[in-house]
Amino acid sequence: MYSFTYHRPGSVMEALECYRSADDGLYMAGGQTLIPTLKQRLAAPSDLIDLGAIAELTGVDVAPDRVSIGAFTRHSTVAAHPDIRRVLPVLADLAAQIGDAQVRNMGTMGGSVANSDPAADYPAALVGLGATVHTSSRRIAADEFFQDLFETALTPGELILRIDFPVPRRAAYRKFPNPASRYAIAGVLVAEFDDAVRVGITGAGPCAFRGSALEEALRRRLDPASIDGVEVPDAGFNSDLHASAEYRAQLVRVMARRAVADLLSRGS
Amino acid sequence: MKVSFTVNGTPRALDVPANTLLVDLLRQHLDLTGTHVGCDTSQCGACTVHLDGRAVKSCTVLAGQLEGAVVTTIEGIGTPARLHPMQEAFRACHALQCGFCTPGMIMAAIELVEYGAIDGSDPAAVRRRVREGLEGNLCRCTGYQNIVDAVMQAAGKMR
Ligand SMILES: Cc1cc2nc3c(=O)[nH]c(=O)nc-3n(C[C@H](O)[C@H](O)[C@H](O)COP(=O)(O)OP(=O)(O)OC[C@H]3O[C@@H](n4cnc5c(N)ncnc54)[C@H](O)[C@@H]3O)c2cc1C
Ligand code: FES
Ligand code: FES
Repeated sequence: MYSFTYHRPGSVMEALECYRSADDGLYMAGGQTLIPTLKQRLAAPSDLIDLGAIAELTGVDVAPDRVSIGAFTRHSTVAAHPDIRRVLPVLADLAAQIGDAQVRNMGTMGGSVANSDPAADYPAALVGLGATVHTSSRRIAADEFFQDLFETALTPGELILRIDFPVPRRAAYRKFPNPASRYAIAGVLVAEFDDAVRVGITGAGPCAFRGSALEEALRRRLDPASIDGVEVPDAGFNSDLHASAEYRAQLVRVMARRAVADLLSRGS
Repeated sequence: MKVSFTVNGTPRALDVPANTLLVDLLRQHLDLTGTHVGCDTSQCGACTVHLDGRAVKSCTVLAGQLEGAVVTTIEGIGTPARLHPMQEAFRACHALQCGFCTPGMIMAAIELVEYGAIDGSDPAAVRRRVREGLEGNLCRCTGYQNIVDAVMQAAGKMR
């Protein structure tokens, strides 16, 4: 690991100031993606700005129609939070499937979302539930947030403060994990709202995206069988040693079917 | 950089380079060599310690993240005369062979019993949850069977 100057600001204002006065600053949340990257010397910031002492970035606020989660909320907190489990159980379920216990005890929602790893789980929830990302300068809809491989709408130095999730009638997430890393080879979140069905897909493409054709079919009839007639084109899908693009497209269909079956088993 | 935290009940104030990992701080600066490095790529869990009571991979924590924290390592949970119930169970169940993964496995297993909601009336379901709960720890010797036995046994005694 190259050397860097360490900062531990106590407020969002201070963190933004640290970033502005650094040559090449980088925020760190849980470090579960960033520290491995630093060790491999794939990143060499002049200044590392640890977000861990900023109380404003923590906290979970649960209302009947909206769940708001601070960027520095650890995956294990989301997985075990009684109010999230009651109002938005799909998010707690998803968080419990990220990596392993040790990673969940350090990793944060903001870090996962800012990173936009093509195989990360939270992006499927943001897109599938239609979340809003609140940053230090604006609000960004999930549909616009994830742009490409490790690329988001965030501008340099922009800090994610919190993420707001609308509460659906019911929802379910299914992923096909890589057996070694537990990252999603393909993951699908299906959410039924009063006026819409949303499908968020991760793992398959360069970043999380909505399955519009699946949404259309499920809006007509919310049933696993509705997916049988839907084409999932694999153009632009990831292809690597874990799975070909064609296989990922098939996994998207299978995970979508399972998610719909789970969702229906949750009553209405 | 200066960092102050507590290790196994003892307050420590150290001055270390900012890019020091917790595992190197323990092994090289504090001579606590019970915590092992198996991979250094955040995958094997051999380096697991408790940070404010929760299991973390000490190869993936930086010194600065420790400010004000409480760290517990394998050296801090028992003594040869008075083993922790999890250590006792690992010995009784023959849950180790080479022993390299064992410190991390024990630290992860203790947290699993404390936070992992692994209790229940169906032993097969509990065993499955123990296996899933330890997915961050790799063992190249035992085949895990006896490790799961040990965690089941210790869980009964820890409650
Ligand atoms: C062994 C292992 C297995 C894993 N398995 C999975 C898995 O199955 N599924 C999954 O989804 N993830 C997985 N992960 C990744 C894990 O979830 C990370 O915690 C997460 O991707 C990054 O979160 P972090 O808080 O650790 O962020 P960091 O590593 O600290 O930061 C990641 C990036 O986000 C930026 N950043 C952090 N916070 C903010 C903020 N508030 N505003 C703006 N930018 C910010 C940082 O600058 C950095 O570029 C795994 C990781 C490991 C080591
Ligand atoms: S040495 Fe830390 S996870 Fe392997
Ligand atoms: S006992 Fe040898 S690696 Fe686990």
